[in-house]
Amino acid sequence: MNIQFASFNEILAMGGHGLYVWVAVTVSVAVLAALLVVPWQSHTRALNQVRLRLERHAGGSAEEGVD
Amino acid sequence: MVTEVKKWQWFYRLGSPRWFYEITGRWLPWLLCAASLLLASGLFWGLLVAPPDARQGNSFRIIYLHVPAAILALVGYYIMALAGAVGLIWRIKMSFMVMKSAAPIGAALTFIALFTGAVWGKPSWGTYWVWDARITSMLILLFLYLGVLALQRAFSSAEMAYRASAILALVGTINIPIIYKSVDWWHTLHQPATLKLTSASSIHIDMLQPLIVMICGFYVFYVVALCLFTRAEIIRREATSAWVRALVSNESSR
Repeated sequence: MNIQFASFNEILAMGGHGLYVWVAVTVSVAVLAALLVVPWQSHTRALNQVRLRLERHAGGSAEEGVD
Repeated sequence: MVTEVKKWQWFYRLGSPRWFYEITGRWLPWLLCAASLLLASGLFWGLLVAPPDARQGNSFRIIYLHVPAAILALVGYYIMALAGAVGLIWRIKMSFMVMKSAAPIGAALTFIALFTGAVWGKPSWGTYWVWDARITSMLILLFLYLGVLALQRAFSSAEMAYRASAILALVGTINIPIIYKSVDWWHTLHQPATLKLTSASSIHIDMLQPLIVMICGFYVFYVVALCLFTRAEIIRREATSAWVRALVSNESSR
């Protein structure tokens, strides 16, 4: 279980293939992160909409009766 | 009779959005932990510890993202089509919600497989893209996922959108065996499968171990993402139901 590279610079260089490897890793990790953030945000948004509608109903029926 | 009812109870529960929402709410933190641990250790192992490939040098390390993403892109299509079929046959709304949620995840994973493949192709084949059978059929897979996504927005009625995209998903399953077999049927630039279930794999054990960790990590990650997308869809669809309203008012009163 030894690391194949002697220094941080060698890790970045990857024996000349560094650009390919690190671009592939960065883009993949970014897409995976988006697959968590996007549904998390739409979940929060959906819950907020329900909350808004409940508040409007509670307030609206008491005051004007709109909606 | 009683045992007969009990035996099928899990099936009916599975069809209940509320049950799905509550059970996944409890499981998600653990699944997210497992996915992060597996992916982080698999990437560390594969990128830094595994030996470089004799012919491809360090560019082969892209395999640790390329192969797991491609596997889950295909498995995800089966899950989407199967969920669509269950929804069509038994008219289970929950199943349609899972189908709809599988589409963006599948599209993203197919994109990762195609993108990492292109980046890997440059140093090993000398080109980013060829119209090779495997690559072209994966591109068709991406379009199928995007088609299901687009159909979801094309109908004003949610029920019609579910049905139409389920039918598209089912028709598209023809593409899956073509993708699997493409490297055997047409000998082109793409190498044959490295992992085989029926015979020995053509990869050294030191390189295989981190790959297996990454594949497991992608599987768990897939489940996490599918739960997250489905939970959001459940709240949107069940927004007027009593249990969602109770959930929201309990949360805001706390």
